[in-house]
Amino acid sequence: MMNKRYTLSVFTEDRVGLLNRVTIIFTRRKINIESIAASESEVENVHRYTIVINESADTVNKVVLQLEKQVEVIRAFYHEDDAIVYQELALYKLPTEMLLAGQDAEKIVRSHHARVLAVEADFTVIEKTGHKEETQALFDELKPFGILEFVRSGRIAISKPMRTLTSIVNELENKINQN
Amino acid sequence: MKTLEIESKLVVKEAKSMSGAQAVVQALIDEGTDLMFGYPGGAIMPVYNALYDVEDKLHHVLTRHEQGAVHAAQGYARATGKVGVCIATSGPGATNLITGIADAQIDSTPLVCITGQVHSHLLGTDAFQETDVIGISMPVTKWNYQVTKAEEIPMAIAKAFYIARSGKPGPVLVDITKDAQFEMFDYQYKEFKGMRSYLPKSELDESCLVTAAKLINSAKKPFVLFGQGVVLSKAEKEFKAFIEKSGIPSAWTILGLSALESDHYLNVGMLGMHGNYAPNKMTNECDVLIAVGMRFDDRVTGDLSRYAKQAKVIHLEIDPAEIDKNVKTEVAVLGDAKDSLLALTKLVDKKQHDDWLRAFRDLEQEELKIVINEELNPSTPVLSMGEVINSVNQVSKGDAIVVTDVGQHQMVACRYSKFNETRSMITSGGLGTMGFCLPAAIGAKMGMPNKEVIAVIGDGGFQMTIQELGTIFQSKTPVKIVVLNNEFLGMVRQWQELFFDKRYASTTMVNPDFQAIVKGYGIETCKVTKREELNLAVSKMMDHEGAYFLEVKVGKENNVFPMVPTGASVSEIRLK
Ligand SMILES: Cc1ncc(C[n+]2csc(CCOP(=O)(O)OP(=O)(O)O)c2C)c(N)n1
Repeated sequence: MMNKRYTLSVFTEDRVGLLNRVTIIFTRRKINIESIAASESEVENVHRYTIVINESADTVNKVVLQLEKQVEVIRAFYHEDDAIVYQELALYKLPTEMLLAGQDAEKIVRSHHARVLAVEADFTVIEKTGHKEETQALFDELKPFGILEFVRSGRIAISKPMRTLTSIVNELENKINQN
Repeated sequence: MKTLEIESKLVVKEAKSMSGAQAVVQALIDEGTDLMFGYPGGAIMPVYNALYDVEDKLHHVLTRHEQGAVHAAQGYARATGKVGVCIATSGPGATNLITGIADAQIDSTPLVCITGQVHSHLLGTDAFQETDVIGISMPVTKWNYQVTKAEEIPMAIAKAFYIARSGKPGPVLVDITKDAQFEMFDYQYKEFKGMRSYLPKSELDESCLVTAAKLINSAKKPFVLFGQGVVLSKAEKEFKAFIEKSGIPSAWTILGLSALESDHYLNVGMLGMHGNYAPNKMTNECDVLIAVGMRFDDRVTGDLSRYAKQAKVIHLEIDPAEIDKNVKTEVAVLGDAKDSLLALTKLVDKKQHDDWLRAFRDLEQEELKIVINEELNPSTPVLSMGEVINSVNQVSKGDAIVVTDVGQHQMVACRYSKFNETRSMITSGGLGTMGFCLPAAIGAKMGMPNKEVIAVIGDGGFQMTIQELGTIFQSKTPVKIVVLNNEFLGMVRQWQELFFDKRYASTTMVNPDFQAIVKGYGIETCKVTKREELNLAVSKMMDHEGAYFLEVKVGKENNVFPMVPTGASVSEIRLK
């Protein structure tokens, strides 16, 4: 079966150690996590992990079921790239003197729609949001200036389907209340 | 802890000031626990101190090793259907529980394990006997939680029991720091009613049931495979009603053993690597395969790419993650087996499949001729494992609980033991944990004191938890221990013979004098080396009031057959 890039959104209770339980599902199957981002969601006390993996449809489906099986995981979903709106953020630290010496720095920043976040005597920090290919393209162009430090965030993603987390959570809570 | 947890409006008790340790004990009592297994140590001492005051209500059994405690709790849980409880100290005490927890996880046994932990201000400092038991146990628990404040205890324990016993049961672990055990607070017990992130079972989907029933009703050669799900959901009666109405031949997995009487006319025997010939063969002959509360373990399926490809598969299962995990289903019926079976039985036609059932019985004759007759009535002077089990059957009449260890004797005990009642076979199926039997048998006997409990163990596995003879001695638990001594790690030796050119690397056992050892523990013993002594010795053992140890010298190089070799298809099952 062909491997593809999948973005998983895992909604969980806000609980110490849960990230470990979530990642164990992947490591146990020797699945490499390409990126992972954790944050709150729009619902109070519900956290979400956005996890990107490169796997077959069959594997990702099984992994999502295993995730949902965890007691404190509320729901888990997976999407292909065309079903989500996603973004990443990259930061680049460069020597200020090199940027000043070169002619193209301003042009590069402009053409990539990047931003200068900080300028200090010895370094400058540039920020770029975009898909990996885009932040990578800027990386390649800035390379000649001598990149001192580079970091890219995990992907975060919003799904296109209109089902809201609030409605899912409400439905689950109603079920419990009926018991 | 700010998750949405809906608590019962019924507060059972008035708030009462007590220590965290007293709260642990009180919460266990409030959850209905009257028996637990464990081993003390520094980080759990406050709880032991609290136990001292309530020994009449909550009996604690001191095992000789924490592995013994957890296996005993498993045996108790599997024999009674209640939640097994065990307790240990931090560090080595906690890590010694892990094998049993992993075993309970894979065999879906409800357990609540409580471990002491170092003071909360010492967490992460490599303090004396600190180990990250939450981290270590995470992959093998259904849920775990670390308590650092006394006020969390009632909820943590109530939640632990709820999770352990609901849905697909499993082990949970609650780790409690020592300061939380000392801390005083106002205890109030509240029954835990559920949480939004955990739905123990799905509601039945009527359309799936209808599709499943249609398939079953039009099947010419339907075949039922059933597992422990039937036992766990207490659906034995509903299961029987279902197969009797639909007239479908049914085979059990190892964990499904005893969910139906052994000699029920539709029971066609055991699936799997060392299961019976007919059910393995017929898996690849049937047209509709109905799996009930089983999970298509690789020991059951053999080569998946050649498993039941001709059949339409219906899977009745509580755990959505099991659907299509190993075998693609035509219809998945999600839900508790009891509900699903009840609903499905209403929809199926009353039928008999006489010719199809007879085909099973014909294959059974072949197995009888080539394997079973020789195993139960050997033509050679050496004793076989099968004839010992057969002799036990004669006396127990199928009313005993049989507990096994892991290896050849396990397969033989599973193949030949007879059962009249559910929960009569307790064996480590998924994990195959040597050392499981002796402590599990203790737990089973304590849980079901009116049942005869027979522990069938190999000479290898016996020595893995032999120290639990001390528990038997001290607690005067009348378990009957049968060690089938072949002076080999028999099952491994069998594989060496068949697949490794008889290179018997490290499988010969030079054994001590078991008789002397067991006598040292004050347990009555007997050793059988000749066939003519066997039946009398077994009767004597069964008639004996207290614990009893029977050692039988069996053939050193006997093999267990039939066998589906690894990588082979179930239809390639070998009779010799
Ligand atoms: C803890 C553990 N270690 C190793 C094994 C691998 N193993 C499976 S069966 C077996 C041999 C068991 O020998 P014995 O207890 O004498 O029983 P027999 O097969 O001879 O009946 C071994 C070593 C295991 N299942 N569990």
